[in-house]
Amino acid sequence: MDDIEKRMLKEVAELDSLPVGAFNIRSNGQSAARNSTANIEIVSKTDKSGIDIIIKDGTKNESCHIPVIISKSGVEECVYNDFYVGKDCDVTIVAGCGISNCGGHDSRHDGIHTFHIEKDAHVRYIEKHYGEGTGTGKRLMNPTTEVNLGEGAVMEMDTSQIAGINDTYRITRAVIGPGASLIMHDKILTNLDQTAKAEIVVSLDGDGSKCDIISRGVAKGSSRQDIVIDIAGNSRCSGHASCDSIIMEHGVIVATPKLAASNVDASLIHEAAIGKIAGEQITKLMTLGLTEEQAEAKIIEGFLR
Amino acid sequence: MLELQNVSFSADGKDILRDINITISDKFVAVTGPNGSGKSTLLKIIMGITKPTSGRIIFDGTDITDMPVNERANLGMSFAFQQPVRFKGLKVRDLLSIAAGKDVNINKDCSYLRAVGLCPRDYIDREINDTLSGGEMKRIEIAMAAARGGKLSLFDEPEAGIDLWSFKSLIDVFMNLHNVTNGNIIIISHQERILAIADKIIYLKDGVVEQYAEGEKVMAGLELRHGGSCSCAHGAKGESCNG
Repeated sequence: MDDIEKRMLKEVAELDSLPVGAFNIRSNGQSAARNSTANIEIVSKTDKSGIDIIIKDGTKNESCHIPVIISKSGVEECVYNDFYVGKDCDVTIVAGCGISNCGGHDSRHDGIHTFHIEKDAHVRYIEKHYGEGTGTGKRLMNPTTEVNLGEGAVMEMDTSQIAGINDTYRITRAVIGPGASLIMHDKILTNLDQTAKAEIVVSLDGDGSKCDIISRGVAKGSSRQDIVIDIAGNSRCSGHASCDSIIMEHGVIVATPKLAASNVDASLIHEAAIGKIAGEQITKLMTLGLTEEQAEAKIIEGFLR
Repeated sequence: MLELQNVSFSADGKDILRDINITISDKFVAVTGPNGSGKSTLLKIIMGITKPTSGRIIFDGTDITDMPVNERANLGMSFAFQQPVRFKGLKVRDLLSIAAGKDVNINKDCSYLRAVGLCPRDYIDREINDTLSGGEMKRIEIAMAAARGGKLSLFDEPEAGIDLWSFKSLIDVFMNLHNVTNGNIIIISHQERILAIADKIIYLKDGVVEQYAEGEKVMAGLELRHGGSCSCAHGAKGESCNG
């Protein structure tokens, strides 16, 4: 790997070297490195671009890293990853995509991740998106994440996009079985003339199912964010969606929380708030010695943590 | 240490502070007076949160009237708000680190949390958001101002929101700050027990300093110690009042 690829790997997956456990590192359209373990098998798909990650029943405290890096201008790809997580597993999956584009052609990565999570499994999924580059070519990412949670299964999703992506359309669809739950923390910061669209659609289908979707966005410059959080309560369930955003400069944010209950025992709550940074927060941090700019940066850092 | 020269402040056509001329050099000064007398405004003007309509503020010989809040903070001033500010995502640890100017060590630097009655282990990683009660926020606010341990610590009604049973330990925090730092403290308070430990009291009424003298003298003058001598309804019952 060259220096740019190594730096992107650190940015996206916090990796200085090859990770412990199972991994597949994709760089500029090719699998640069792969390792399967006794319990986590990674195989290339035969019919389309992508991989299958098969995690055996009862796998505990193991991790799987699948970062994607694009450092060449003009690379455009659509990759399909299917995750089969066995019963009673307890695993961490670290995905992420970094695009460095110093050329004049657009680079794009569309990752379609589908999770089949079996009974009582617990998955922690971390996905970080990052872009950089001095060229006129754009950095584009359109991830789709489909989650199917079996009885009693739990998925914790931690997704973030903090810098450098020109345009993104992120779709997350989840079907939640009985006693299962989805907790999602999504963070996004856009700047300059970047645009970001997100759709999070959750179907609470099984009795005892739950979801908690917390989205935090900061729109700076002349950027625009559109976010839709759509929860359907089709059973005895509880769903909560919170959309909290800070707008600055000429940023635009459109937040649309949507609830649909078709079961009398569905309990659904949504909250949305958009506003600028409260002046008193800046004042408070200035009384601790920070300049106005430092105070603003600290508030955003905490907000997007 | 601190000098206010002809400081006035008016807003929306109303005079909040009128021509305040005062020199503060005592270690522990309390500011008291009826609601609406301009106490909070006075403290905010000292910190730079509010700009005076006219007048100068001199701190340790330097004219700080046009100095922004953060520069005054770096000169050694700190401020505890009457209504503590909440954040999303920032933890007690973060703010204590900024206040102390370095990363916080749970054993060494959390004595101030302990002093305000909060167990550091329970609170250091709490977010300073809606999940904290008013009383907890207030104590953290005081701990932060104390942690800065600077030349001048300003407290705007620190007792508001603190339950009676914890109040004694708060008095100890101020007494300790008073003894341990080489700094000065100015506190806005209505509480007799805080006024009783002050070196001097500023009694502010209708935007004017009516009295500024030794604590005992001002308290006596306000008939706070001798219950029942005022002609108001409290006096008639033999109780003291702040009138």
